[in-house]
Amino acid sequence: MPENLNPPATHRSTVSPPPPAVTVQDAPAERAPSAPTGPRMKPWVSLLLVLALVAVFAFSVILAPRTSDEGEAFAGTDSVVTQILEDRGVEPWFEPVFTPGSGEIESGLFALQAALGAGALGFALGNLRGRRVTQQ
Amino acid sequence: MHIAEGFLPPVQAGIWFAVSAPFVIHGARQVVRLSRESTETKLLLAAAGAFTFVLSAIKLPSVTGSSSHPTGAGAGAILFKPPVMAFLCTLVLLFQALLLAHGGLTTLGANVFSMGVAGPWAGYGCYVLLRKVKAPWWAAVAVCMAIADLATYCVTALQLAIAYPDPQTGLMGAAGKFLSVFAFTQIPLAIGEGIIGVLLFGFLRRVAAADLFRLGVLSAKEATHA
Repeated sequence: MPENLNPPATHRSTVSPPPPAVTVQDAPAERAPSAPTGPRMKPWVSLLLVLALVAVFAFSVILAPRTSDEGEAFAGTDSVVTQILEDRGVEPWFEPVFTPGSGEIESGLFALQAALGAGALGFALGNLRGRRVTQQ
Repeated sequence: MHIAEGFLPPVQAGIWFAVSAPFVIHGARQVVRLSRESTETKLLLAAAGAFTFVLSAIKLPSVTGSSSHPTGAGAGAILFKPPVMAFLCTLVLLFQALLLAHGGLTTLGANVFSMGVAGPWAGYGCYVLLRKVKAPWWAAVAVCMAIADLATYCVTALQLAIAYPDPQTGLMGAAGKFLSVFAFTQIPLAIGEGIIGVLLFGFLRRVAAADLFRLGVLSAKEATHA
């Protein structure tokens, strides 16, 4: 097993490290990369966590008070606060530079944001996993 | 936590810009430094930024009958320390201010302070504290994520209360009123964000144990026994 696949930053930054001291000090670090993978969360733990996540929001919807006819159900807190301020006569002194024409376009742009984020996240995590697999 | 465009008085908007700017500049320099370190670090940076980007786009229903969105700022704070999040959150908030009319350019300073400075630091503080008392990693991660989320919204409520104190009950009355909108709604979301954080870090500990050790997230013992 190669001992030093992924040397810690200290190795690079130190010009000439006294070899014995560094070896002793960094011994665990050198073993760390040689471990092929870290601990795997038990699949049932991950499953339970995902179920718990779904449960949190399912309960939120079920337990939420029924709104009266005029109020929008599950209005965003940001817009609720904006409404409170407007009711108190606060006038915004600056307008957004660009406003999505309709709720549909707005939710589309939100979806775009989530898609870009999820794509980048998937790329990064997949790449990290691939690197680990090829190191084995 | 987005204070809408134009809703903070100009002077206060300016003050929040001045308060946030050093954090953002410092964070940007950290991001540049880290991204030069190694490809793995760059990938983890991208993951932290993307995580915030996704989570802050998703509005979730809550028990109060309102909906709100998580912030995802705790993950990057654990990985790279809080300053980095000041910069990454600025990018997210800028995207939302420019394209979604969500938040705003004039309120950017205040919003960056709540989401990118106060939240990550509060969450990271709890994380360090829990690690000190030898709490299991998943508990520390979950609490960090949840607190980073909750603290962001509490700070937003305070910012609004400072700008618009209640005529009768003053600052505290207004703070209570805004907190009642934000804080309770945010509790289930914070719990959810804690769960997502545990899933994310469970994965990262498996595939990037060596990198987490290098960044100081895992101790040598944890990384080897991993």
